[in-house]
Amino acid sequence: MDSAESRHRPGPGGPVPCPAKILVVGGPGSGKTTFLRSVADQALTTPATAAGGRRRRPCKRMRHAAALELGRITLDDDLVLYLFSAASAGPDRQLWDELAHGSIGVVVLADPRRLQDCFAVLDDVEQWHLPFVVAVNSFGPMTHTANDIREALTVPAEVPVMFCDARQPLSVKAVLHRLVRHTITRTAMWHLATTRRRPRIGAPLLTGRPHLSTRSRR
Amino acid sequence: MDHPEASPPSHPGRLLRPYALTRGRARPSHGTDLEIEALVSTTVIGETMHMPAPEPHSIALLCREPLSVAEIAAHMKLPLGVVRVLVADMADQGMVEVHRPSQFGTGPDVTLLERVLDGLRRV
Repeated sequence: MDSAESRHRPGPGGPVPCPAKILVVGGPGSGKTTFLRSVADQALTTPATAAGGRRRRPCKRMRHAAALELGRITLDDDLVLYLFSAASAGPDRQLWDELAHGSIGVVVLADPRRLQDCFAVLDDVEQWHLPFVVAVNSFGPMTHTANDIREALTVPAEVPVMFCDARQPLSVKAVLHRLVRHTITRTAMWHLATTRRRPRIGAPLLTGRPHLSTRSRR
Repeated sequence: MDHPEASPPSHPGRLLRPYALTRGRARPSHGTDLEIEALVSTTVIGETMHMPAPEPHSIALLCREPLSVAEIAAHMKLPLGVVRVLVADMADQGMVEVHRPSQFGTGPDVTLLERVLDGLRRV
């Protein structure tokens, strides 16, 4: 006899893993598809239609939205990492906003020969307030340093800027690894900022270190 | 991951405007929109229940191994919005189980981040 619980248990696939996602963005031809496909167990493309998640009705604009590429990396029996990439935000930023929401962070791929192509992309990424890294997809001789790239893109010092080869799985994994470490660091700082003790309302503000003011009474 | 038993779920003979499958709904009847990376897995009910429409049947076949909403859309060549509504309806009827992601934006989950880091080192 089936209990309600057993009838609702997952089928042959067993327990459902936990999903996490990273967004891969960049200008046209910066190597997003190559980046994604070089590490994914499986890479797929959804039809060229917007997510439509926050709209009440399907509308004409949805039919012109970008296709979405995704790559799946099974990290453990109960953990799956998805890499998502859309060609560009274009006229429909809803898809990008939705991809960004809840993601671990963003990889901004830059082509060193056409850095200007990722200026608009960086503008979008900075609005999300998500951790991001800049990965310069370069497989020829290096003509610029990471600092040159950082200055040209005017990204803050705390944002990692690194070179990679999107064709090489190890190089792509290094970028993903750097992004997750960057997110952990930012998360630790966020926790520090939010858990810092605040003075009680009405309590006098301390003007100096507390133990210095009590030491003189001993 | 291959799904040979469910590889042609797009029903080539079935020609319908995508949102006709959801009776014009672009959002689930109730509850919040499913995230595109939310993982869907067919339940025992979903495996045994008779489904009059082919799309839920295809989703039930595909999701014998957990798949994300985006992967279902890619396999079925359907818009994400349509798949989201179909999956939400199936979840309401107990045909699929949905595992929604941690929300990094509302409170970072360091444990999960460290697991992702460990996983990337291993693969």
